[in-house]
Amino acid sequence: MTAETILDVRDLTVDFHLDGTVLRAVDGISLSVRRGEIVGLVGESGAGKSLTSEAILRLIRCPPGRITGEVRFRGRNLLDLDEDALSRIRGREIAMIFQNPAGSLNPVFRVGAQLHEAMALHLDEPRPALRARVVDILARVGIPAPRTRARDYPHQFSGGMAQRVMVGMGMSCVPALLIADEPTTALDVTIQAQVLALIRQLARETGAAVLLVSHDLGIISQMCDRVIVMYAGRIVEQASIATVFGAPAHPYTRALVDCLPRVDGVERLGTIGGVMPGLRALPPGCRFHPRCPIAEPRCSVDVPALRALTPDHRAACHLARPGA
Amino acid sequence: MIRFVLSRVAQTLAVLFIASLIIFALMRMIPGDPVLMLLGDDYTEDAYQQLRARLGLDRSIVHQYVFWLRNVLQGDLGDSLLQHERVSRLVWEAFVPTLTLVVASLVVGVLIAVPSGVVAAQRKDSAWDWGSMGFAIFVYSMPAFWKGIILIWIFSVHLRWFPAMGYVPPWVDLWDGLWKLALPAITLGTFFSGLVARIIRSSLLEVLEQDYIKAARAKGVRQAALVYRHALANALIPVVTIIGLQFGALLGGAVLTETVFAIPGMGRLTVNAILNRDYSVVQGTILAGVFLVVLVNLAVDVTYAFLNPKIRVA
Repeated sequence: MTAETILDVRDLTVDFHLDGTVLRAVDGISLSVRRGEIVGLVGESGAGKSLTSEAILRLIRCPPGRITGEVRFRGRNLLDLDEDALSRIRGREIAMIFQNPAGSLNPVFRVGAQLHEAMALHLDEPRPALRARVVDILARVGIPAPRTRARDYPHQFSGGMAQRVMVGMGMSCVPALLIADEPTTALDVTIQAQVLALIRQLARETGAAVLLVSHDLGIISQMCDRVIVMYAGRIVEQASIATVFGAPAHPYTRALVDCLPRVDGVERLGTIGGVMPGLRALPPGCRFHPRCPIAEPRCSVDVPALRALTPDHRAACHLARPGA
Repeated sequence: MIRFVLSRVAQTLAVLFIASLIIFALMRMIPGDPVLMLLGDDYTEDAYQQLRARLGLDRSIVHQYVFWLRNVLQGDLGDSLLQHERVSRLVWEAFVPTLTLVVASLVVGVLIAVPSGVVAAQRKDSAWDWGSMGFAIFVYSMPAFWKGIILIWIFSVHLRWFPAMGYVPPWVDLWDGLWKLALPAITLGTFFSGLVARIIRSSLLEVLEQDYIKAARAKGVRQAALVYRHALANALIPVVTIIGLQFGALLGGAVLTETVFAIPGMGRLTVNAILNRDYSVVQGTILAGVFLVVLVNLAVDVTYAFLNPKIRVA
């Protein structure tokens, strides 16, 4: 755990200014990713995971959005950079893939041309060399007949193939960090496994770190070294995979883990009662307390800080004890 | 792609056939007799019957139609009943100035519409947006004859920048031609640009929300390339259809514009021919107009298929 930290997010907040009100979708989160690490960002829909990942590359339209805090990437704060400097980092040092693979490719350009563009933007290589690499990449992500398929249009690709192309495109400039925002949510289960395996394989080969955003703790558990759990715009727990599954400290994490089916289990699957509060009606204190089975009076008053239970385990719960 | 084009060509031929029927029937339905007009004061019953027979107007309507259609298919539109001139020649001579005006207006329209639509979409709800869209509605809703007169009043009468009328083919004298074409092309082109700018704006706004735009931004595409390459390539697809649909309206507008600026085009030819009941010339001009509109729509469909891979490949 001594690897260099490449991404260090501090106190990141994303606000939306709409009709005179300010909605805080991401509320002061801090996280870091080390070289070569695969970190999972998990939470229910609307917890702010996707916004967090988009805020890192500043893909949120501002205004109405407003991003504050710090996004330190290799020492530089991305929030301070101008658009030009930022576009040299996007796709080159930090790549991102999205939930909707079929919609991520521009329908009017050939698939090969889009791959070509991704590299031409950042790599100083002659055209023929890049063209050869387009075919190489398509072959490496498992597209049959890559030379012909490069001339196809996106609608001729299935969702799984499109996402493999997106992964290949993301890794084409050998970025230090790949942000994968729900990369398999739109895909069939069998295709999910292939795409995840591809992400892991390419990340391992290139030494890239991965920030994997998912609502699916099962996927996170197969892929990640560490997990960050978000709830209603805040981080509630941060720990290694083993700790999250073996000794979760936050009741929300515990509930999420209980929702997972187990091979050896005969118990009924757990569910979490209620729904996550909307941004317009956030409860005071701990945002989870209305749904929390062990909430105390102070949970509805005091906001719990994210405290270190062990050096690698943090939780934001008044009742959390190491190993609890 | 080839099957698509062939089926569109077949449709086009059917449309042309039906249009020819309607044109022919309508011309025979409006009151007025060309033989009477030709004879004028020389009218006698004998002369009337003689001339009628010579012009073939004594045969049945069906016979006249078939005869006309057979000649048209061989490229022969007949002779003018009143002027001693081939209709094809009259139509062609009038057609060239009109087409020049329409093409110039298209160019002017696109040159205004693309930047103003893009600016409006990029700065949605800003003063730029309101300004350019307000201008678009303004120029779109002004009738061509009125706008033409206002332009003449400002730029010819007061400022003396452009001539008020006349036509010189730009390929004969480039500067003088463009000079004389400027005001008519602006008159007609702004009408067209108003519509197209609004469509580009709404289409671009929709495209800019698409995931592939976010994905392109995430891979490092800069703002200008994002808008003008990635987004505009998609946003222009509906615009091409609009150009085709509006081409007919543009021809109609050209007729009015020609009248204001005294351009010897299709407008003048058609109006005079209708007033004189010059059947063959009216048929010729309208048929040529229909033919052009249908042809442009065919071209637009093919272009549309070319721009939109989903149609092209399927």
